[in-house]
Amino acid sequence: MIELHNISKTFRVARRNSGFGEAVKALFKREYTEIHALSDVSFRINDGEMVGYIGPNGAGKSSTIKIMSGILTPDAGECTINGLTPWKNRAAHAANIGVVFGQRSQLWWDVPVIDSFELLKDVYRISAPVYRDSLDELVTLLDLSEIVRTPARQLSLGQRMRCEIAASLLHRPSVLFLDEPTIGLDAVSKIAVREFIKKINRERGTTVILTTHDMQDIEALTERILLIGTGRILLDGSLSELKSKSSSVRRMNLQFTDGTLPPLDGVTVQSCENGHAVCSVNTDILSVSRAIEVFSSAVSITDLSVEGTTAEELIVSLYKEFDI
Amino acid sequence: MKKYLTYFRIRFIGGLQYRAAALAGISTQFAWGFLYILLYSAFCRADPEAFPMEFSQLASYVWLQQAFLALFMNWYYDSDILSMISDGSIAYELVRPLDIYTLWFTKTVAARVSKAVLRCFPILIVASLLPDPYGLTLPPTPLHAVMFVLTMVLGMFVVTAFSMLIYCACFYTVNATGVRMVAQSIADFLSGSELPLPFMPAAMRRVIEMTPFGVMQNLPFRIYSGSITGDEMWFLTGMQLFWTFILIGGGWLWMRAALKKVVVQGG
Repeated sequence: MIELHNISKTFRVARRNSGFGEAVKALFKREYTEIHALSDVSFRINDGEMVGYIGPNGAGKSSTIKIMSGILTPDAGECTINGLTPWKNRAAHAANIGVVFGQRSQLWWDVPVIDSFELLKDVYRISAPVYRDSLDELVTLLDLSEIVRTPARQLSLGQRMRCEIAASLLHRPSVLFLDEPTIGLDAVSKIAVREFIKKINRERGTTVILTTHDMQDIEALTERILLIGTGRILLDGSLSELKSKSSSVRRMNLQFTDGTLPPLDGVTVQSCENGHAVCSVNTDILSVSRAIEVFSSAVSITDLSVEGTTAEELIVSLYKEFDI
Repeated sequence: MKKYLTYFRIRFIGGLQYRAAALAGISTQFAWGFLYILLYSAFCRADPEAFPMEFSQLASYVWLQQAFLALFMNWYYDSDILSMISDGSIAYELVRPLDIYTLWFTKTVAARVSKAVLRCFPILIVASLLPDPYGLTLPPTPLHAVMFVLTMVLGMFVVTAFSMLIYCACFYTVNATGVRMVAQSIADFLSGSELPLPFMPAAMRRVIEMTPFGVMQNLPFRIYSGSITGDEMWFLTGMQLFWTFILIGGGWLWMRAALKKVVVQGG
């Protein structure tokens, strides 16, 4: 169980304009700006949940993850994870959690990955049989059998990320924090990582909190999303719930020959050239099937596709709505 | 405890791999050792009355200093730790169930010991074969030998605990070069690694011997050669114990305070 109550964190940042004069002035007097990275963040995540934590750059996602993993001490507020306050009982708390920072590496650079794993075995005091089971499972699921014998510096990004995730799970934590786990990965690796995270969540009941900019991650993985912007939680709900909110508009791609599209109430033609048209259909006014009916009687349609709102568009519209 | 021992083992084994560096180190140490011996023997011949210790004591001091340089060098810092603090990889160190102070202390000690083990034996052997009074002689009594080993271990702890303070300072300044330069120059001078403390004015020496710097290499090396003995030896060993606790305790508290304020920036 993860509970955050009114967590706030402010950073002081020295700022100055460019130029020699300004630099000299800054020697004597600095101007600081206070940045409210987090203000009054509260939420609650139950055991076994998988939560997507999203928001634009600088919204406070990573700060929240850092607070929850005990690296950062907030200015105010309370946070309890499995009964412990991360920054007060850092070491004890660390034994229960796994963290992957997509932008950093925990693997030991010039030795085979398996040596890093062995070190973690001692660090987390994993007993030999548990370690063997864990390792076998992770190696099979993430397809690491060859990779673990390679020095970390010679791995590709995708291979390394799979190893990073394995390293964070060796001690079977009950909570897993993933800070942009799919950053920079190709499609195949992304899918492998996603499948694995799903599996861990389902089979071990690991609580997963995931920050990402990749909407496919969110769509594939999480039922619940938390949207954060300028340090505040703006939205807490399920993805389908959100989608249904703004689902009245469908996008229609049309390819046709002969004739022109007739104007129709409820249909906005966004672009139409060389027999290819993109239009949005407001289903409150006109059903999609009716629109197709009218169009097909006026022109001969060669290809047609209808799309609901993608998560990506949804997020962009959310960002716009909350002006972040 | 076991987890720290694992780190110790890894660092230690890692350190033992650098054969070329060890060879280069050994030859440098020989060169320095001989130069010092020549310098001081010229000094001694010029005015034997003004020489503050017996020449054989000084020779032992110089050779021990060269053999165990790695344990006492004040300018050694673990570059991994320094870069970890400035580039933020410390984030991963912080999500482990480990006490950071203990961990870094262990790593630094392991690196020092592995360097010293590789370098000390050739120097000790060759130095003990040199003709009297230029070589390394045995300590006056078995008690001195035991106290030498004990104070050497504690002395290394004092040196390491002192360098831990620099790591702490690094949390505040990000780039620790400036603090490091000042700290290591002061420590080098006051610990007797440039000039043995007996060569300093008596009053000054008395004061320095009571500071943490005086109980770094000065104490074990001079116990070995019998230049510190009797009540003075017990008193200064007590001081050394005192400083070991103070520096480690103070450093631990400081690090705890620093970690509360640390902000790992960026994604």
